Amino acid sequence: MADIAPAADSDRASSARVSDGASPHQPSPPGPAAELRHRSERPQPPARGFALFVRSPSDRVLTGVAGGLAAVSGLDPLVIRLAFGVLALAGGAGIVLYLVLWSLSGEGSPHAALSLSRRAATQRLIAVGLMLTGTLLLLREAGLWFGDALVWPGMVAAVGSTLIWTRSDADERARWSRLASRLPGRPVETVLRGKVSPLRVLGGGFLIVLGMAAFLAAHDAFAAIRNVLFAVAVTVIGVALVFGPWLWRLARQVSDERRERIRSEERAEMAAQLHDSVLQTLALIQRTPDREEAVALARGQERELRAWLYGRAGKTDLVSAALDQMADRVEQLHHVPVETVVVGDTRMDDRIRAVVDACGEATMNAAKHSGAKQIAVFVEIEPDRVTAYVKDDGRGFDRSEIPGDRRGITDSIEGRMQRNGGSASIVSTPGEGTDVQLELTRR
Amino acid sequence: MATGEIHVFLVDDHRLFLSGVRSELGSDFIVDGEASEVDDAIALIRDTRPEVVLVDVHMPGGGGAAVIEAVLRTHPDTRFLALSVSDAPEDVIAIIRAGARGYVTKTIAPLELADAIKSVHSGDAIFSPRLAGFVLDAFGGNGPEIGDPELDLLTNREREVLRLIARGYPYKEIAKHLSLSVKTIEAHVSAVLRKLQLSNRYELTRWATERRIV
Repeated sequence: MADIAPAADSDRASSARVSDGASPHQPSPPGPAAELRHRSERPQPPARGFALFVRSPSDRVLTGVAGGLAAVSGLDPLVIRLAFGVLALAGGAGIVLYLVLWSLSGEGSPHAALSLSRRAATQRLIAVGLMLTGTLLLLREAGLWFGDALVWPGMVAAVGSTLIWTRSDADERARWSRLASRLPGRPVETVLRGKVSPLRVLGGGFLIVLGMAAFLAAHDAFAAIRNVLFAVAVTVIGVALVFGPWLWRLARQVSDERRERIRSEERAEMAAQLHDSVLQTLALIQRTPDREEAVALARGQERELRAWLYGRAGKTDLVSAALDQMADRVEQLHHVPVETVVVGDTRMDDRIRAVVDACGEATMNAAKHSGAKQIAVFVEIEPDRVTAYVKDDGRGFDRSEIPGDRRGITDSIEGRMQRNGGSASIVSTPGEGTDVQLELTRR
Repeated sequence: MATGEIHVFLVDDHRLFLSGVRSELGSDFIVDGEASEVDDAIALIRDTRPEVVLVDVHMPGGGGAAVIEAVLRTHPDTRFLALSVSDAPEDVIAIIRAGARGYVTKTIAPLELADAIKSVHSGDAIFSPRLAGFVLDAFGGNGPEIGDPELDLLTNREREVLRLIARGYPYKEIAKHLSLSVKTIEAHVSAVLRKLQLSNRYELTRWATERRIV
């Protein structure tokens, strides 16, 4: 226990620091509520005294003691809760322990759970299991005991439950909670999803059944069980006949309501989107006396709306999205339409970004100096190389006569490509527009 | 090129747009009629026998593709130019496969629209840079092809031409670039259009449907 304390302290210190700037793990909602929470997260005043660890306000069933311990130890909170449960069977020791730990803990601030490697987590799990067993044996010797027939089956069943419900892998745990939040009332699907599940579920289920059987056997309940099962079955059928149709209708109603709610949420989202973007832009256009500026506004809005309609919004890591953004910027600044075409769209990486940036320079250049009415940007991404072209129908230029500032920009296009192991060539004849060609081999 | 006026027919469910296009088309064209519904359009086009039909991609009742397919069954000589505000790949590919000779967006300048109609009228295909990009994407890679390999792959020359279209070059400049005649370029583009319409390349359809998910 002693080694937990410093970890907890530093943990809290770091979480307080993190909460000052919006943490990526725990995005705090803006507004007064966040302010309030913010204040309560300040380091505890000395009057509150020493705290072994902090209770978790986000992950809690009772007071967050188990959640806090889990965050400190890197174990699944479920393991801690089950351990408390089993110990509670041993003459109420778990309850006493829980209260003691609660009094030793501090007011919680949310922080990311310690994530351990799979192996380390398994080791800790085993350690906790052994500690628990040892404690139980000790309590048994001391006479604090509700009886073998209750505690040991409880322990076996708890281990089974741990097997089914815990995930040592942090990634998997995240996926798990995402899944669980999406499928709130569907424990079966939640359990059966995932790679390692079948084995775990089988093993865990077996242990739980074993625990129950041991409990029943110890109480000579097997003789009675047949009658009980029969009675239960008859009752269930009776209840189903009485309440079945009503339950069915209720379920349908609930799902109808849910669908309606989803639909109205979608409508609200669409209204918000149209209001924030389209209506605003239309209002702007009406107030814009300059035709070119109005066209630029309309084009920018069109691009944004398209991205939203065709589901590209939010996929900002695609090359096409980056190019659209670039085109938008140029259009807003210089009122020259920029047409972008991407073949083999893919995610951006550093080297492709260099190509896109060079494209941006070339496009900006063309918009600024060439007097072009239209700029075409074409990027093709193949498995082994990236090629990009920026073409304008402007006045073109003779490279030997370019003014100083333009030479700098040219260098920055060529220099950027060369630094990234690529090449750039600029073909331009006065009066016939300019064609910038970029090429980069991909590793 | 065409001598005399070209008979065109307009199909669009946006009245405002119809009257806009009608006023933009110069003296080189005679508007035979217009329709704003799929069934009306099919009947009227069969009646008036226009040479070129401008058809909107999105319309209630099956959209432009339904009009094109129905008319081409009875009047295979009718040429279609698709017009749309959508440039979603699946819409574009679908309308071309239905039989349109080309595709332009509604933001096209009046002069360019007139040129496009004339090209379609004389039997050429109209590929915008974006459509060229889609086709390169759709025929990209060397995946497994089914059926006729001649239809399922683009030749290197066709790829070159498509790339130049996607880069924003007009046919005339492409011809100069590749030291070919404009006629040859047009032939290549028509060949690509034919492949786009007839190829049952597995990836083509899959590509179009998957675009939503990617």
